[in-house]
Formats: sequence, C-alpha cells, structure tokens
Amino acid sequence: MSDHPVGRSRPKALVGVVVAALAAGVISGCAGDNTGTPRLTWYINPDDGGQATIAQRCTEVANGKYTINTALLPRDASAQREQLARRLAAGDKSMDIMSLDPPFVPELAEPGFLAPVPQPVIDATTSDVVDGAIAAATWKDTVVAVPFWANTQLLWYRKSVAQEAGLDMTQPVTWDQIMDVARSTDTELGVQGVRSESMTVWVNALYESQGQSIIENPGASKDEVRLGLDSPAGAEAARVIGTIGREGLGGPGLSTANENASMALFQSDRGSFMVNWPFVWPATQESQPELIEDIGWAIYPRMQADRESAPPIGGILLGVGAHSEHPDLAYEAVTCIVSVENQAYYFSSNGNPPAKKAAFDDPAVREKFPMADVIRASLDQSAPRPQTQYYNEVSTAIQQNWTPAEAVTAQTPKETQEFISAVLRGERLL
Amino acid sequence: VTDPVQEADRVATDTTTRPGEVARRSAGKPVKSERAKAETRLGWWLAGPAFVIMLLVTVYPILQALFDSLFSFRLTAPGDREFVGLGNYGVILTDPVFWYDLGITVLITIITVAVELVLGFALALVMNSAIKNLRGPLRTAILVPYGTITVVSAFAWFYAFDINTGYINNWFAWLPGISQDTAWFGSTAPALFVIIISEIWKTTPFISLLLLAGLAQVPGELTEAAKVDGATWWERMSKVILPNMKAAIMVAVLFRALDAFRIFDNIFIMTNGAYGTETLSLLAYRTSIGRLEIGMGSAVSVVLFLCVILISFIAIKGFRVDLAGRGGGR
Repeated sequence: MSDHPVGRSRPKALVGVVVAALAAGVISGCAGDNTGTPRLTWYINPDDGGQATIAQRCTEVANGKYTINTALLPRDASAQREQLARRLAAGDKSMDIMSLDPPFVPELAEPGFLAPVPQPVIDATTSDVVDGAIAAATWKDTVVAVPFWANTQLLWYRKSVAQEAGLDMTQPVTWDQIMDVARSTDTELGVQGVRSESMTVWVNALYESQGQSIIENPGASKDEVRLGLDSPAGAEAARVIGTIGREGLGGPGLSTANENASMALFQSDRGSFMVNWPFVWPATQESQPELIEDIGWAIYPRMQADRESAPPIGGILLGVGAHSEHPDLAYEAVTCIVSVENQAYYFSSNGNPPAKKAAFDDPAVREKFPMADVIRASLDQSAPRPQTQYYNEVSTAIQQNWTPAEAVTAQTPKETQEFISAVLRGERLL
Repeated sequence: VTDPVQEADRVATDTTTRPGEVARRSAGKPVKSERAKAETRLGWWLAGPAFVIMLLVTVYPILQALFDSLFSFRLTAPGDREFVGLGNYGVILTDPVFWYDLGITVLITIITVAVELVLGFALALVMNSAIKNLRGPLRTAILVPYGTITVVSAFAWFYAFDINTGYINNWFAWLPGISQDTAWFGSTAPALFVIIISEIWKTTPFISLLLLAGLAQVPGELTEAAKVDGATWWERMSKVILPNMKAAIMVAVLFRALDAFRIFDNIFIMTNGAYGTETLSLLAYRTSIGRLEIGMGSAVSVVLFLCVILISFIAIKGFRVDLAGRGGGR
C-alpha cells in the first residue's frame, strides 16, 4: 500500500512497453501481405484439419490469384451461427467464405447477408448433387449457397443383438420394432435426448418420415407461418420419444445424451441400435476396433412400416458474405473447394460425406466407408429441417418442449405449436 | 482484475475508518484548508481519466441498451425495427419464464451467499489464528479456487459429475440416492445442486478474505478484556468480534450477492440453462445473442440491471444504518 517513488515509476515503464508492443502489432498488422494478392478468409467449423488442407490446395491451384486463410468458428453449431450473424449484421468485410450449417441459411439469406451466387457457379456446383443438399442451399426458389458436404444419420446396429431378437435387418425396420428389441433383449437405444439441436433433428425426422412438415409454408413471414406440429404425425412422434424416455429405452443418461454420448452407449455392452452420423464409423474403428465386426448399418428407421423414412440431413454449405471485398474471387475459390476430388478427400480423411454423388465412387472413399452407398441413398431420401428465417425460435422451442424425453406426452405437439406462435408474435419469451 | 487480498484490505480499511469520519463530520463542518483542496484536486486528476473511461465503456452501453429496449428490433431484420415503447417490458414482466428465472437466480444467490458466509467465516478464523509462518501458504492454498478461471472450474465440475465421464457416481454410489445411473444434469434439483456447490467452492475464498480483513481489524484489547471478564468463546464471538466486524460482513455479503445474482459461466457450461436451471443472465444472453432479438434482449438486460441496483441500494442502506449506530449516536 506504500506509495514510494520506485513503486510508481514501474507501472509507467510497463505501460510504455505495452503501448509500444500494441503499436508495433498494429503497424505490422496493417503492413502485412502487401504483395497485392487478395487474401480470402474462410470461416470454418472445427474439423480434423480437412478444410485447412483444402484451403491450401485451392491456394496452390489459384497460382497467385488469391490465397485462402482459414478462421476457426466455435465448435457448437449455435455458437457458430451467433458469431456469423453478428459479424454479417455488422458488415464485416472479412466474411469472404463461410461454412454454414443448413438450417442457418434462410436466416442469413433473408436479410441479404449472403452475396448472390453467379449463375455459372450454380450450374457448376449443383449438378449431380444429392437432393437434400440442393434443398438446403435454396431459399425462396433461389440458390443462395453452395453445397459442400452433406451429412445424414444412419441406423447403426449391433449384429449380435439383432440376431438374438430375430430382427431381419435386410428389410427396413420401424421405430416400434427397434423399441421392441431393446425391451426384449434388455439393451438400450442410442438416441440424442439432450436439449440441443440434435433434439430438433430427431423430432423433425419423425415428422418428416410421416410426410408431415413442421413448417408447412417455408419462407412465410412471422404472422403467416403455418405450423404442422399439432397433427396426427405429431401424436405419433410424441408417442415414440415419450415411450423411449419413460421406459428408459434410451439409457439413464438420455436427457443429456448428445451424439458422442450415444456412441459411447452403443459401444458399451448395453448397446443395440443407434441413430447417428457416419463419424461414428471411423471413431469406433479407432477406439474399439474389436467391435467393428459386430456393427451393421441401415437406412434410418421408419415411422410407418409402409412409408419410406425421411432421414435427417446435415452437412455444410458455403456462403459468401455480402460485404466481402472480393465476391468473384470468393466464388471462384468456392468452386475449387467443392470439386469432386476435394469432396472425396474430405470424406475419406475427415469422415464427412460429399454432396456430389460422383465423389461416392472414389476408391479411397469406398475402402474407408463400406456403407457409402447407404449414405448416398439416405441423403437422397432425406428431408431438411424446417426452412425459415425464424429457425432459431422454432428449434429452441422444440428443444425446450421435447426434453426431457420422459416428459413428452400427447399434449407436447399442441403446446409446442402454441408456444412457437406466441414467441413469433413477440408475446412470449423463449 | 483486482487482487482479492488487496481488495479485502482496502474494503476493510474503508469500512473501519469511516465511523471516525462520521463522528468527525457530525462534530461540525470544518472549513477546508488549502492543502485539503489541493488534495481533492489531485484526487480528481488521478481518478479523472479512469472515471471518463468508465463512463465511456459502461454508461454508453447502458444508455444504448435502454434505448434499444424500447424497440422491436431483430438483428437479422433491421428493416422491421419498430417502436414499441414499454411493450417489451410488459411481455417480460407478464411471462412465467422471466419469473421462473428470477426465482432460480434469487434461490442460487441466497443459498450460495448464506453457505459461503458461514464457510468463509470459518476459513477466516482458521487463517487468523494460524501461526505466523503458516499464514502465507494457508492464504495461498485457500485462494486457489478463486484464482481458477470460472469456465475452467465449471468444466472440471461438469466432467466430474457428468454421467458419461464423471467419477462422482463411481465414488459416491454407496450414498442413498446416488447410483451409477444418476444423471446430475438431467433434472432441476441435482443440476442446481452441482451448480451451487461449484459456485460455493469457487467463491468462498473471496468472502473469507474479506472477512479475514474484518477480523484483523477487531482490536485485540477488546477480546482480551472480554476474556479477562470471563466471557466464553461463544460470548466473545457473538458480543465482541461479530458486532465489531459487521461492516466487513455487510461488504462481503453485498459483493457476493451482486456477483451471485449475475451468475452465468457455471450454468452456461454445465446445462446451458436446460431443465429449469436458467437464470436472468442466461435469459438475457439467449434473447439478445441467441435469438438476435436486440430489443427484447436489451429489455431483459435492463431489468437485470435494475435488480442489481436494487440489491446494492438495499445493502448500502443497511450498511449506513449500521455505521450510524456504531458512530455513537448523532
């Protein structure tokens, strides 16, 4: 507490050092890369290094025309959206290329945050692409983003359990069938019951598998949105999720189970069936190679025995920011990034399935992912999550009302529908 | 970031010197000397720049939030911005979500502050009576949790209790109500329990330091005199020590209550507000950052701000009354 002179002069010196360091940083920051080559920034979601490698490759292909630098977004999809939306709204000029989760595309496209896609780029990047990915890239009948990779959930199963229960896995199976198997063999189902985006993925797939969409008129304004939650399909979806919750078929950790937790459950002795993304295949090969022989895969389970299921679709689309200083170069870079070779490389190295069908025929892909054909079929059959500029409200409301799974009842769809309507009208907090 | 030890010392010095000041002031206003004036001027010169910066970085955003809270304004629909007056406040104050979150916030505040006060006082006593060359290491050891970054400690607690990665279920499965299958973050009560004990673990050191400073200010003669008069330990504690450090206790409670009321990190990491564990800070975050509803989110923030002011007001009012009482009556 003493104020002798020595004690005073020290902070001053320190301040001087800090100011000098900051100034040096600013100067070097401004002076950086003055060679005239436009530097594009690609905001990427975290992966196993695939996007950084592709950025490198395309920089080499560009041969001095541009360079691509990657900038890492948060791991959580909703945190990615928050950062992208805030930067775009603030007119950030560095938003050259962005890796976008499909449900966020409408929200960013609606206010004009995305630069229009030139027709030649549309032609080059949407031919021979799985249907689900094109649907996700389209907003109000216009292509607003470029499909990069497309993800889908498969039904993974333990061959020993299916055999024990006598379930013929060469035929499509239903949710009721796998629930019966879990009951009769005293095993647990790997589903994602945590209150997060994965819950919306599950709920949406159960609706779409019955031909019912959660939003019946995509693109409608706040007052005109028609919700399909409160419907016979909703009653069925609530029955499946509620039953799995109440009977403990999803294991004791269901209410906090995300994709990784489901995988851990599936790999344990209590595992039987699991709906999950293909990343589980390389992950299991690495962590528990002895299990690989016992693991089978099939298309996402049906709701009705006679109706094809609508598996969830995810993946990443590439968008170009409206305030980018080099939109033309950015789209040129995007075209390079989504080439068949790069998509095949991304699949075989990082486990993320391509949007272009041709990439599935790559030998490296076939060797690493014996289920490539099933993934491609699943992608073609998939249905996107509700397309709306109010996606966050819709999804959060679903997550809040449909978790924990054991509390889901026949009333849940109706309550969710009324809640979303009130939130959109600005009469309720979310 | 202020050094808690210094902060505790400073606060204690403030609060214990003030009774004298009050007495001096009440004795009649002395005319300010030249020297006092010069000192005041120097004080302004020293504190001025910091004061201006504080105004810029706190008052400006507060005013901006007040202004934004009067609009229906969504970041992704800037064109649809619309003046709604106090409409946002109407929605908030009539919404069960707000009242529920307020209830959870108050619950967490009361429990953590009460428990921390008792634990912190015990730790302060231990530190106070520890032999001299043990004091330094002891202080440091007790301070470690407070030095941990909240997000880091939240992750540590989360992974310890998590049903998939945690060891708590393994260790404590012999206790009734805990088994291998206990999902701590799957429902309100256990999740709040973990949130509260992690909060207590982390901030008890802070409160104990404030109390230690208060304890050090209790004149040794008083306790000794009481001892000579035959007072028991309990009597010395309740009649001599506690009344003499009332001010320090009030400050500790105020600081911690304000802190606890704004709890965010722990909950954000552990449950992200799921299963009835949402507090007002999380609601404000989710509304303005998550939903990008700047208008409604600002309104929630303003309400949170008013709550914090209310707590400060109540605490400071109580604090003054106490000081006046100790000043020996006016």
